[in-house]
Amino acid sequence: MRWMWIDAVTAFEPGHRMVAVKNVSLAEDHLHQHFPGRPIMPGSLMIEGFAQTAGILVGATEGFREKVILAKIARATIEQDVVPGQCIRYDASIERIDSAGASTRGTIERMDHRDGAWVRIGEVEMMFSHIDQNRAGVAFPEENFVFGENFRAILQASGLDRFLAKEPHGR
Amino acid sequence: MPMARPEIESGVREVLCDALGVDADDVVPAARIKSDLGAESIDYLDIMFRLEKRFTTPDRPFKIAQGELFPENMLSDPTLVENGKVTDKGMTVLKERMPHVDFSTFEKDRNVANLSETFTVKSLIEFVERKLKA
Repeated sequence: MRWMWIDAVTAFEPGHRMVAVKNVSLAEDHLHQHFPGRPIMPGSLMIEGFAQTAGILVGATEGFREKVILAKIARATIEQDVVPGQCIRYDASIERIDSAGASTRGTIERMDHRDGAWVRIGEVEMMFSHIDQNRAGVAFPEENFVFGENFRAILQASGLDRFLAKEPHGR
Repeated sequence: MPMARPEIESGVREVLCDALGVDADDVVPAARIKSDLGAESIDYLDIMFRLEKRFTTPDRPFKIAQGELFPENMLSDPTLVENGKVTDKGMTVLKERMPHVDFSTFEKDRNVANLSETFTVKSLIEFVERKLKA
């Protein structure tokens, strides 16, 4: 599945918090370029994984009717590497949400199967915009291009499809 | 006891440093949020949310309504803006809704494109101070 940087949602408190995990695997092509002979999960893709987790959380708040776009990474720190065989956990919470957008924050953790312990390796603060409510008054297509099939599949596989709107593509 | 002005100033400075990633030394009262401190559109929402958080106390929430701090939605109203210039009525509404902003320079040409220039660090400080007193 393309451009999905989370594998499953493991906890969901609607309107407040979402937790998702990603297993890092040597079968992922990008790890062979980053870096040859020394595969490390890119920090930028961990930020994308956090954004997908927080973005689904924000989108679910309005039944996936709003187009939720990552608008700002206010802060992101990642202090340790993640390598193939390890697992990443994104724990995102909504700080504040209104009709224009939402601010979220949370942590990135890593688990090594040899000891099974989760260790916090990063922190993120991120803003999302409800782009149909943008300040410039720009109109976007009717179809909700943000929450497509990939997101539906993740939620379904995680047993959360009851939160999906019946018609996720329209408004 | 109401919050003292220096405390409000340092709170606003903290919010702008966190939201815009600027140095505390650059956050002087006359600094313009957009031109001097580099704020982009999403930053206004970020600033609003952070001000709410920074100035909310256990016994008093600090909630900012949409359009209370910055003039949202109002600029698409044809009675308030005509040919890119704010009308007389528009000026009255702006001053009424945003007493924390000094419109004296803006009023000379009333060009909507220059409206963001009126939002300075000082106007945010005044906004918080008025709102805490209300």
